[in-house]
Amino acid sequence: MSAPVSTPTATRAAALPRHAHGLAGRAAASIGTPGGAVFVLVLALLVATVVANPNFGDPGVLIRFLGRTAPIAIAAIGQYYVIVSGEFDLSMAAVIAAQVVVAGNYIGDDTGRNVIGLVLMLALGAFIGLLNGLATTLLQVPSFIVTLAMMLALTGLVRYLSGGAADAPPNDDFREIGRGTVESVPVVDVIPYPLIVLAVLSALAVWLMRRPFGRTLLAVGDNPAAARVSGARVWWVKTRAFILSSLAATVAGILLVGYAGVHPTVGDGYEFSAITAVVLGGVVLGGGRGWVLSAVAGAFAIELLFTLLTVLDVDATWRDTVRGLIIIAAVAFAARAWTVGRRTGTRRTAPTTPATPLTTDLSGPPTEPTPGTNTGGN
Amino acid sequence: MSGTARPGLAGRTGTLTSTGIVLAVLAGAVVVGTILTGIEGRNFFSTGNLRDILTATSVLGFIAIGQTLVVLGGSLDLSVPFVASLTGVVAGGVMAGESGRVVPGVLVGIALAALIGLVNGLVVSILKVHGFIATLGMGLVISGYIASTYQGNHGSAPRSFRTIGISFLGPVPVSTLIMLGCALLAIVLLRRTRLGHHLYAVGGNPEVARLSGVRTAVPVIAAHVLCSVLAGFAGLLLLARLSVGNPTIGSQGQYDLMSIAAVVLGGTVLAGGKGNVTGTLAGVAIFAVMDNVMAVMETDPFLRNVVRGVVIVAAVAVYSRRSIGRRPARFERPGVLDAALQEAK
Repeated sequence: MSAPVSTPTATRAAALPRHAHGLAGRAAASIGTPGGAVFVLVLALLVATVVANPNFGDPGVLIRFLGRTAPIAIAAIGQYYVIVSGEFDLSMAAVIAAQVVVAGNYIGDDTGRNVIGLVLMLALGAFIGLLNGLATTLLQVPSFIVTLAMMLALTGLVRYLSGGAADAPPNDDFREIGRGTVESVPVVDVIPYPLIVLAVLSALAVWLMRRPFGRTLLAVGDNPAAARVSGARVWWVKTRAFILSSLAATVAGILLVGYAGVHPTVGDGYEFSAITAVVLGGVVLGGGRGWVLSAVAGAFAIELLFTLLTVLDVDATWRDTVRGLIIIAAVAFAARAWTVGRRTGTRRTAPTTPATPLTTDLSGPPTEPTPGTNTGGN
Repeated sequence: MSGTARPGLAGRTGTLTSTGIVLAVLAGAVVVGTILTGIEGRNFFSTGNLRDILTATSVLGFIAIGQTLVVLGGSLDLSVPFVASLTGVVAGGVMAGESGRVVPGVLVGIALAALIGLVNGLVVSILKVHGFIATLGMGLVISGYIASTYQGNHGSAPRSFRTIGISFLGPVPVSTLIMLGCALLAIVLLRRTRLGHHLYAVGGNPEVARLSGVRTAVPVIAAHVLCSVLAGFAGLLLLARLSVGNPTIGSQGQYDLMSIAAVVLGGTVLAGGKGNVTGTLAGVAIFAVMDNVMAVMETDPFLRNVVRGVVIVAAVAVYSRRSIGRRPARFERPGVLDAALQEAK
């Protein structure tokens, strides 16, 4: 923070290390960062699963697996926006449950209500996100508490209104969104609709993160005070992140109705799964750092892990233990990778420039791993 | 650094601290509770009702005290419900209904809890895994172990151990007294010991604490160990009440999220470095009063969660705005200093 200020002109001339090499070179360099390493993890888990069960390598089976994983990956995209802005969204599972119950009760057998129902659900999702965002930003209540309270309130409300019992699922036309497929595709046989939804949302997310909104979101997550004095409307940027998160949960809920029945427990545990996926993808809790597609890859890594444990016949009761160990190990590795990546980054640029503002600004003291426990917080 | 973080300092200078506001909210909850209970034709301050409320505070109280220490250090502990369950089944298994084995049972349970806390602390401080993920993972590890090893209720508590859960000193349950004793020790730890001051320093800003010569790992590890041990106490208390070790008792109580809610309700800053145990106790008491009133009014159990959620946000919003209003004062002094430096130049 202090040293690089003295040499701004020297560094302008040299290309920034992030852009110094071609696309392939940058991709290779990013493998060392947690955001890139998660793709290696996905690949390794995929190979392990295929070795353990060769059937899984069949394109038709694989594409159906990808389709099944789409809801959690979409939830991870939503959670990414919130986490990268330095907040948490624990209300995701409750939003999914609420949407599923709305789908069952409002839409039901009436196919004429499908479109209105969809619009209504998205509006409800946006409204919940708006409440979360405004309570976090304007009331200054920590998002952990806001979304926890939202989770309690929404779960309570849904169970009160539904009596805690299962309902009849909505009509098959509506469920088709979640379980339908594009038929007779070469090689992969079918393409599930959820996978298409995921692909579209991922592309939109990448585009959005390159827009001013995305840049501001990262800046707000990295340093809200600096973003505020730079003119960013912090409260509105964060609120939009919460709205996007609840909308993603809504879409996940719409897709899940296709698979699961209508029950208030659909989506249980999604908030922690989504946060885990995002963190596995190398996104830093506390905000400001991470790539959205790495979060998606994190979701696939988790689901592949589940599949692998099933294929390997690990006792169902032990799966949680293995999952916990792998999550801790992966994130511990990620914490190392950030520091290691930073060190090599500075060393590489050392001959031409004593310090590069971009890397050092992001990383703090370059030769010291950041001690302590929290990587920021809110 | 510990000067601004130390509780009570602002109180001595006359401004209303967040702890003061929490206590005011608690008083308000008691008043509203008295009125609502009175409308139902019952007496809020009857011995039976007070016993109910105080009993309800003890389990969450133990866990929330520990959670306060961890949150002050800038971490989180989501593994507490599983630690409580595990301590209960393991201690119950060792006791096996015999009075003579109460002491070994308690010791084994607490040692196990301390070990889990140690691992949590090491993973957080040495491996640099965020507390959220480290303890979420640890919770999964323990829940997997519990689910694989204990299919149903396990072990049993002898009569001598069960008396802890059912004996009273006047209207005050003994378990609550033990919990308050732990709270007192935690307050002394935070206010009077080097470890406590270091915990505030590390939670406030680990980098500054490190540059000031604090071993940043030590207070964090200690906080995690104490938190797990206190969760172990909660598990033992649940064992004494149920007389058998129940492998899912912790997760049923949602003690992870509720304890964090109580800590934040008590005015402790979630990012660490600011807050105290007194506020947390008030937060736990607010929950207990609220639950008691809703039970007396026979509110639908699902709707109770809605009320809880609204009250949590409303209460935290009250003093969050308050502390925002106070914040500029902190920056005035450096401003004066800057001006002096300018003049010196």
